[in-house]
Amino acid sequence: MLNWLDTLVQGILLGGLYALFAIGQSLILGVMRLTNVAHGDFIILGAFGGFALISGVPGTALTGFGLNPVLTLLLMLPLAAGVGYALQRGVLNGALGADPMPTLVVTFGLSIIIQNLLLEVFSADTRSISALGIETQSLPLGESIHIGVLPLIIFLLALVATFMMEWVFRHTNLGRAFRATSDDIDAAQLMGVDHRHIYALATAIAFVLIAVAGMLQGLRTTFAPSDGPGLLLYAFEAVIIGGLGSFWGTFAGGILLGVSQSVGFRIDPGWGILIGHMVFLTMLMVRPSGLFPKTR
Amino acid sequence: MLLQTRQLSAFYGDFQALFGIDFQLEAGEIVAIIGANGAGKSTFLKTLMGLLAAPHEAVRFDGRAIGGLATGRIVERGIVLVPEGRRLFPSLSVEENLRMGAYGGRPGRWNLQEVYALFPILREKRLAPSTSLSGGQQQMVAVARALMSNPKLLLCDETSLGLAPIVVKDIYAALARVTGEGLSAIIVEQDVGLAQRASSRLYCFQEGRVSLTGRSDELSREQISHAYFGI
Repeated sequence: MLNWLDTLVQGILLGGLYALFAIGQSLILGVMRLTNVAHGDFIILGAFGGFALISGVPGTALTGFGLNPVLTLLLMLPLAAGVGYALQRGVLNGALGADPMPTLVVTFGLSIIIQNLLLEVFSADTRSISALGIETQSLPLGESIHIGVLPLIIFLLALVATFMMEWVFRHTNLGRAFRATSDDIDAAQLMGVDHRHIYALATAIAFVLIAVAGMLQGLRTTFAPSDGPGLLLYAFEAVIIGGLGSFWGTFAGGILLGVSQSVGFRIDPGWGILIGHMVFLTMLMVRPSGLFPKTR
Repeated sequence: MLLQTRQLSAFYGDFQALFGIDFQLEAGEIVAIIGANGAGKSTFLKTLMGLLAAPHEAVRFDGRAIGGLATGRIVERGIVLVPEGRRLFPSLSVEENLRMGAYGGRPGRWNLQEVYALFPILREKRLAPSTSLSGGQQQMVAVARALMSNPKLLLCDETSLGLAPIVVKDIYAALARVTGEGLSAIIVEQDVGLAQRASSRLYCFQEGRVSLTGRSDELSREQISHAYFGI
């Protein structure tokens, strides 16, 4: 009984990481109906970026700054926002339109480019980022359950990120412009909204979340250049389970996915990922609009 | 001269919708545009707003050429459109819709308090989803949202379409109050009588060209129906 409780707690904490993967995807999908196929690869790019900033690029003369992960992440955030803004204005805005195909093809292309670039620069070896001892610390929760400090931090960050995104959407001019542009792009333009700028701001925010997710993925586990598509799948499943347009829905979707995988691993170590996907498929059949679809 | 177009043409792809429109509007004037479906009335308004491409010098507003500018720039200069079919944002509340009108940040007399004074019912409904309102109330939101941008020139596209006569009367009374204070307006209407009563001058469009223009109270029914249908 206690073991199952432990499984549940670990699943919820794992789900926090998946929620962090998914919020950026949820934002881009909600504001501009764009499915970024390279989402997972950008997360892995973020992890490698953090790795390179700390320890340099192996096999080259480039050495890192050796800063701790938190400072490194703070350095990465403005960079990520800039990359996101430029990518949207320079590349993705040109592919957006009534037909979703061009954006799918462009982001699929980006996915291949990023994977091969990482393979070329960092080789196929798996890497990890040291959390300076935090990764092995844990807090006792009752008699026999321990929760890791790092997974707890990740879960809390996911909670904060979700809360902040929901707050921005409900209570700021920018959030209103996001929702209005998503509703009716022509009418938004008639209000003086420059949709290309608004889209680029959404992607900039999404890339900040991607950088956070990438660094945390690197701290929590190992990563390799080919890991991106797997992460994309988790992010996408969390968004769909939660329902389009709701950040708390996406958060809940991530938690449900994490718990499903955790329960699966408990039953049989080979089943974890599979059960996660099966729960997703079941949700699609039972409730295709997701747990908390945007009320329209 | 507040607004002037000279030989303004507009295209949807290869299809030409406007053929050399010459149009003038003095500050403080209310001008109506009438015409059959497909005559180019809405296209003309869209072109003024920069939603369709136009030669830069073909549209002059407040002394400067604005043809083909981005819609956002044109809103900043002080033109706003109340679009056909209202086009409220369905996932925003009434008040959030109104706040979107103020997105450009033009200073002026209009703010939430002022538009609520103009349409008191909107204050009661301010937290309701915009989709839950009646058609007339939604039209009030659309007009109020446009006023929130503090325009010099208000463009109204088919404001009376699909509304009960009593509601139309209310909305036009509010428009008359607003324009009475010096705001200029272009009113596109299907209802010729309403257009004549609400405007000082009138243009009739036919197949993308101006087929008749004159003072609204001096044009006869025969002149208008000839220009309207081309018979």
